[in-house]
Amino acid sequence: MNKDIEREIKNLKDKVKKLKERILKGNKKEINKIEPLIEEMSTKIQELERLNAEVRPIDIVRLARHPKRPTTMDYIRLMVRNFMELHGDRRFADDQAIIGGIGFLNDIPVTIIGHQKGRNTKDNLKRHFGMAHPEGYRKALRLMEQAERFGRPIINLIDTPGAYPGIGAEERGQAEAIAYNLYKMSGLKVPIVSVITGEGGSGGALALGVADRVYMLSNTIYSVISPEGCAAILWKNATKSEDAAESLKLTANDLLKFRVIDDIIEEPGEGAHANHEGMAKRLKSKLLETIKELLSRDLITLLNERYEKFRKIGVFVEDIPEDPLVKM
Amino acid sequence: MSKLFIKCPRCKTTHFISFLKHSAYVCSKCGYHFRLDAPKRIKMLCDKGSFKEFDKDIKSLDPLAFPKYKEKLEKSMNTTGLKEAVVTGECKIGGFPTTFGVMDPRFIMASMGSVVGEKITRMLEYSYENYLPAVLIISSGGARMQEGIYSLMQMAKTSAAVKRLNDRGLPLFTVLADPTTGGVTASFAMLGDIIIAEPDALIGFAGPRVIQQTIGQKLPKGFQKSEFLLEHGMLDMVIPRKNLKAVLTNLLEIHSVRPYENIRGEMQ
Repeated sequence: MNKDIEREIKNLKDKVKKLKERILKGNKKEINKIEPLIEEMSTKIQELERLNAEVRPIDIVRLARHPKRPTTMDYIRLMVRNFMELHGDRRFADDQAIIGGIGFLNDIPVTIIGHQKGRNTKDNLKRHFGMAHPEGYRKALRLMEQAERFGRPIINLIDTPGAYPGIGAEERGQAEAIAYNLYKMSGLKVPIVSVITGEGGSGGALALGVADRVYMLSNTIYSVISPEGCAAILWKNATKSEDAAESLKLTANDLLKFRVIDDIIEEPGEGAHANHEGMAKRLKSKLLETIKELLSRDLITLLNERYEKFRKIGVFVEDIPEDPLVKM
Repeated sequence: MSKLFIKCPRCKTTHFISFLKHSAYVCSKCGYHFRLDAPKRIKMLCDKGSFKEFDKDIKSLDPLAFPKYKEKLEKSMNTTGLKEAVVTGECKIGGFPTTFGVMDPRFIMASMGSVVGEKITRMLEYSYENYLPAVLIISSGGARMQEGIYSLMQMAKTSAAVKRLNDRGLPLFTVLADPTTGGVTASFAMLGDIIIAEPDALIGFAGPRVIQQTIGQKLPKGFQKSEFLLEHGMLDMVIPRKNLKAVLTNLLEIHSVRPYENIRGEMQ
């Protein structure tokens, strides 16, 4: 899983191979010298291979950012029938970093929204690598309110490094756009399911993440800050991101343990990047199962449970002082 | 004695600390608003003796076992005498009852972890239960990195609590002081029904350094300052500190009367 380790393993294996060749050709004097060397190298290789098989948080960060991972558009193409993309926030622009529209998930009409990363440099420039401006979050909210009006469940696919940091974004109220999404989504009167399909980067991810169910694909991350950003602040050194990835506890397993997410959707084989169809199939079946369950609830229960879901997140202690009035 | 004097960070004028108190900790020469701790804010804004604190014994844990976080918490507790970065309670302002929360920038830059999120949510829920308006004096570096995903989720938790408050017809007034950035701006700070800022405060989502690094060009003058936000329609007003109490009093008074209820009462 680590290129440096893999390279070293390869080097060692080549050396062992050469030494063995020398034995085959060789005079007997050398054998005594070479054999212990081979043994030493073999143990080293075993050790490295064990280390390499261990999946570290930084490896998951890399997988979550894999350029060949399916994007929102891929999932829509593979899961949603009769899809029509809808555009614009009706206020300023149509942000290409978030896309959304309507269609059928089997026979259930849904609104589906997600961050959209580009497939190549040109596409990425247009889509700001999936980092939305305020108009992106406002478009998403417009589509969600439309879904509420017509009783359609909402699916949000999250894959963003974060909200776009720029002059225009700040001028047009990046913070307000995110805050207002959190505010409105907590009360939308239709089921909402959010899935982290790649990077769940901070507020830009959460702006599509206030939902009745939050899932993560197995090789994804969800974090308050990027490992690079964290390392830059903590150790004044962005290259320490491996350590930061470890400290931040940002993998799907961590978040499930913290009960911040509801479930993990396992990726097929090597990962979603290697099997788009397989991944989309698993995601679709999980979405259908969840949406059917949520649609069966009455609205008040749905909204109360959504409030409680986020209400109870937090870790703290409370020393309750003895109440003098209680003492007899 | 450094404790007797303080230098204005903007115009470098030296002030007697004991004199600064009389000008609401505003530089008499250039109008710079010094950052204020929570006890001073309470003294300046709440009617004398009216403040009753909530939840003052909630303390942060270290759920991620994050490097150096425990030490940081301990140091902040020792230097501030507080247990966390926000003080919440109820009080009267100009005679009008309200819940009142104030963030203290001395405590890990008043960043929001589980405790800050929890205390603010409880305060908003108290307002909801008791039909009270809510006032929050905000300054914060944003979500608290050391509590990872728990911090991020406090944004959702507090925003949902503001929604509940509003659904009951109760207002939230936010006052943004220097600096208000990141996840705090992108949750309850920008959700005030009326948003006030102190002059020349830094207010934004992304920090100016991050933006500069991303776009690789110089930032315009006054970028992300209160006046800039007012100009771009993001705030209701920029109010100098010495007028803050009068403005809050007026807002609370206007919202204390409900014309519909009064008219219905007269008709019955």
